[in-house]
Amino acid sequence: MADVSLRNVSKAFGDTEAIKDLTLSISDGEFVVLLGPTGAGKTTLLRLVAGLERPDSGSIVIDGRDVTKLEPAWRDVAFVFQQYSLYPHLTVAENLAFPLRSPARKLTEDEIRMRVAEVAKLVRIDHKLGNKSTRLSGGEMQRVAIGRALVRKPAIYLMDEPLSSLDAKLRGDLRLELKRIQAELGATMLYVTHDQIEAMTMADRIGILAEGRLVQMGTPREIYTEPANLHVAARLGQPAINLLPADLIADAAAPTGTKTIGARTEHLTIRRAENGHAHGTVDWVEHLGDQNHLHLTVGNRKLVTLTDPDSLFKKGDRVTIQLRAPLYFDGAGNRIAG
Amino acid sequence: MSATAHSVVEPSTASKRVAATLVVVYALISMIPLLWIFATSFKTPPDSIAYPPKVLFTPSIEGYCNLFTTRTRQTPEYISSLPPATSFCDETTRKRNMVIAGPSNFLPRFVNSLVIAFGSTFCAVFLGTLAAYGFSRFRVPLADDLLFFILSTRFMPPIAVAIPIYLMYREFGLSDTALGMILLYTAVNVSLAVWLLKGFIDEIPKEYEEAAMIDGYTRLQAFRKVVLPQATTGIAATAIFCLIFAWNEYAFASLLTSGTAQTAPPFIPTIIGEGGQDWPAVAAGTTVFLVPILVFTILLRKQLLRGITFGAVRK
Repeated sequence: MADVSLRNVSKAFGDTEAIKDLTLSISDGEFVVLLGPTGAGKTTLLRLVAGLERPDSGSIVIDGRDVTKLEPAWRDVAFVFQQYSLYPHLTVAENLAFPLRSPARKLTEDEIRMRVAEVAKLVRIDHKLGNKSTRLSGGEMQRVAIGRALVRKPAIYLMDEPLSSLDAKLRGDLRLELKRIQAELGATMLYVTHDQIEAMTMADRIGILAEGRLVQMGTPREIYTEPANLHVAARLGQPAINLLPADLIADAAAPTGTKTIGARTEHLTIRRAENGHAHGTVDWVEHLGDQNHLHLTVGNRKLVTLTDPDSLFKKGDRVTIQLRAPLYFDGAGNRIAG
Repeated sequence: MSATAHSVVEPSTASKRVAATLVVVYALISMIPLLWIFATSFKTPPDSIAYPPKVLFTPSIEGYCNLFTTRTRQTPEYISSLPPATSFCDETTRKRNMVIAGPSNFLPRFVNSLVIAFGSTFCAVFLGTLAAYGFSRFRVPLADDLLFFILSTRFMPPIAVAIPIYLMYREFGLSDTALGMILLYTAVNVSLAVWLLKGFIDEIPKEYEEAAMIDGYTRLQAFRKVVLPQATTGIAATAIFCLIFAWNEYAFASLLTSGTAQTAPPFIPTIIGEGGQDWPAVAAGTTVFLVPILVFTILLRKQLLRGITFGAVRK
């Protein structure tokens, strides 16, 4: 395990700039999640660290060693791909042993067998070691793929949306398992995803990536409560943050220069309108079971917020809305610190 | 894969029967010439040219005797002075007032065919696999133009360039050599091999090699350990196509080989018996000639089917 840093790295494919002047450092044992939509450059960034792509400019340093021009095999990284993760012509055990059988490593068959057994137990696949890798369920395949990375002790583990092709339940289970494994091994990990829940639950630090730039980097708490701008604010929160023009709902606390107010559920107090004064009406109530999604119309804007399942709002109710310390953004979309 | 590309509607028993009948009838019609050759190889020379043609006859292996031997005519007195015949072939030959003078050229010609066909198939598939991998995985400058150029070598029948090749071969001393024929068939087959194999290799996601390279393998090691095992079906199908071409090729073989490197196709029709063509021997030569390709095709028939339907069925 080791520190990894990228310094002013840029990469373009033809006319498209995938990564623009990106600087990032990951310390030993840290779990960093990069969050961004499709096309933000997440995969390209991982491929640059792995050496599958060469940067146009900038440098990549792993464990104090400049690896910018090094072949993937000599970088001491492990990679979990989003899909096509297992060699279809090999069994589970052979897949797990594959990285250890590399001519670059000189391990005896006994050592290999021991490592494979250890890792198989860690990712809970030890009961299927003899199976052909094509005869596994999606979750098992992905566990083997993760196991194939864990079988080595590289400087850093790179994970490219390893859970995205799985169904929701499995994703939840593996998310926990992955975090447990990372903590157990003290592994340095760079994990990219577009799933905010994965980012929030697993990361020591989250980096928000947009159009090839690192927009903000911080702990999940920081990113959530102090987003640098509208883009970052919109990435996190379920349901998504409501972005309202500053004059829609009067807020005396708004600092000068506020153009947009960002209001998540916890920033809104909603009451049934009394004595004829109301901000908006209830459009729709979605019952999710443990909570409700409340859809409101305020002026010409739609708002979505959470309420308790036992709240008595119903369609057509007129309501008043009060803001509680929401997020303020200026005309350029940057947050004004309150 | 559990999901198949079959039609959703199960065909009815009646339509299945009609289809099966048509296939059987077509197969029988296609097989008549082959069966006739096979039958002729077991006829005696007079039976083979009898009119009306004989469908029922007493089988004889005289054709095979004549295929593998050369014979000389002798006087009956000389023949009766010989010690008793030791084999069936000896006996039949003597009945026709001839004695076996030695082995014929069929066996060496057959061996030439084996060496040249398998040699050129190996070369074409070897070069084709490497080229296809390169085109599939690397940003080759002018890749599309190069691929088109490779394909364009198949636009004309190869025999159209027979004369330039004949002159070139005479100049380089490649005429009537096994090496010359292997080079020629490789050149013709390599375009087919590149195109077929590129399709197969394109189907193998590049993530497999990338994973292997990150795991400490060089590109060549990743190619050997990860790509080749997954491309075996494609390689086998390509090999069959190349082998069939090289094995059956007649025009170049008859033009460029006449002696030591002659292959079986131009040799077989030249088997002449006394007083005209020795049809049973020719038929016997053809039958023996069919055996290797038949065995090879049966061994690899699954891959061949996959090769033919390649691209038609989506996994």
